[in-house]
Amino acid sequence: MHSPKLRLTGRKVVGGWGAGEAIVTNRALSFFGGVDPLSGVVIEKEHDLEGRSIKGKVLVFPRGKGSTVGSYVIYGLRRYGAAPAAIVNVETEPIIIGGCVLARIPLVDMLDKNPIEVIHTGDWVEVEGDTATVWVTSLQA
Amino acid sequence: MYLTKAEEQILMGEEGEAKALAMNLLVAIGDVYEARRMIRVQSAQISGVSYKTIGEPGLEFLRELSSKGAVASIKSMLNPAGMDLVRWRRLGVPEDFAGKQLEIMECFGKMKIEPTCTCIPYHACTAPAKGEHVAWAESSAVVFANSVMEAYTNREGGPTALASSILGKTPLYGMHLDEERVPGYDVKVKCKLNSDLDFSLLGYWIGENLGSRIPRISNLKETPSRDQLKALSASIAASGSVPMFSMREGIETEKKCETATVDRHELHQISRSLSDDEEFEHICLGCPHLSFEELKLIATLVSGKDMRRKLWCFTSRHVHEIAERSGYVGSIEKAGGDVICDTCMVVSPMREMGVEGMLTNSCKAAHYSKSLNRMATGLMSLEGCVQYALA
Repeated sequence: MHSPKLRLTGRKVVGGWGAGEAIVTNRALSFFGGVDPLSGVVIEKEHDLEGRSIKGKVLVFPRGKGSTVGSYVIYGLRRYGAAPAAIVNVETEPIIIGGCVLARIPLVDMLDKNPIEVIHTGDWVEVEGDTATVWVTSLQA
Repeated sequence: MYLTKAEEQILMGEEGEAKALAMNLLVAIGDVYEARRMIRVQSAQISGVSYKTIGEPGLEFLRELSSKGAVASIKSMLNPAGMDLVRWRRLGVPEDFAGKQLEIMECFGKMKIEPTCTCIPYHACTAPAKGEHVAWAESSAVVFANSVMEAYTNREGGPTALASSILGKTPLYGMHLDEERVPGYDVKVKCKLNSDLDFSLLGYWIGENLGSRIPRISNLKETPSRDQLKALSASIAASGSVPMFSMREGIETEKKCETATVDRHELHQISRSLSDDEEFEHICLGCPHLSFEELKLIATLVSGKDMRRKLWCFTSRHVHEIAERSGYVGSIEKAGGDVICDTCMVVSPMREMGVEGMLTNSCKAAHYSKSLNRMATGLMSLEGCVQYALA
């Protein structure tokens, strides 16, 4: 049985709608040098997502880090068809904002519950950017 | 954030796709940082110019943006590119890399952005006046502009600086507000700073230990030169995200101002952490780009001598021109060194050019050469580096 949907609300950063399986990390992520724009696979050494793809997923992480060139990597992910469906940050920053605006990826942050604690990798997540609403359907027992 | 009628129309796409995209980006940033409104900026300085850093995704974006008719509306300048745009063949830059780099320059050219290609726009082009608001992206130039020129700029990224170039505006938040520019940390310098390298080490220590807090640097024995302040600005922003510093003794600090002391021991520790115990075939100076005074000093040190190792001096085309007219470029090249324009040791494809390690006078260059280019590095003062190249 699926558990009932959990509804979270936060701050709209980039509008639009996206849904997919969640991929969650509690570590900041650098897109420049950390994610392959062609495949969407995380390549940052020793990151807990290393080797995993963010393509088509709802990516949940604290915030971006590293070079602002990271925005172009996020744009590249869209161009090469490997973009995440949506991004949920704890508290976002300009690298991720820039990338999501250029790539038209919905982005919300500052949710009423810590998304890293209440969303688990594999959950089904829908993100409505304009109303800053996130629905989580847990697939765990 | 509050938008004027005209700004809202741009956001809605009434002035085309490129402007709408730029406005969307600045509004998203402005909302997150609770900016009250947009303000005008006098100039933009755009990072993300080298093909080595922005790669295919960045080039694709610039192609798209320039084909949509994006045009700079204010004075707009560029950070260093991935190669000397004139002499790249002679310096061993691979042909396919050069093709991509030249296409990037073409995109910026279409957008009417000047190919200044330097990290010291304040020496090369126009220096902002005291109190002027700008949108600059090069982190060392941001610190220099805020701290030394007393201009106002946030630490922009490539995309936001480009958006400001197109719109002539930036959201009013952060370093654009006087109340955000108050030092929260007092750094007392216990030792005498003897060289450009000492200032670079001090900056690196501050960035590493204070993160993003604004330091007041006090107790300096002598008034630093502009080149020393340039070195400090670069390293403070390489190891941390400090957007400015203050050296005014009487300046007011935050109420909860903490104090740190830095002595020779701390500087030694930084130097050790960035140094590999190796012999170096390449000596690279110019991070940030060399000033006219520095090129003059190098020319004086090498004049009439012969270089035993490769000395690469990176500067802007503007400074190069003046130094050439004064005979300094000739002296350096006659001794066997190279004076290279438009690029630097951090954003050029050093490994593909056959360089695996380098001696430099810049903690910022050492920091990024290690992390981005996986190179071995050594640190000496500018004079020390030149002597090493001759010995």
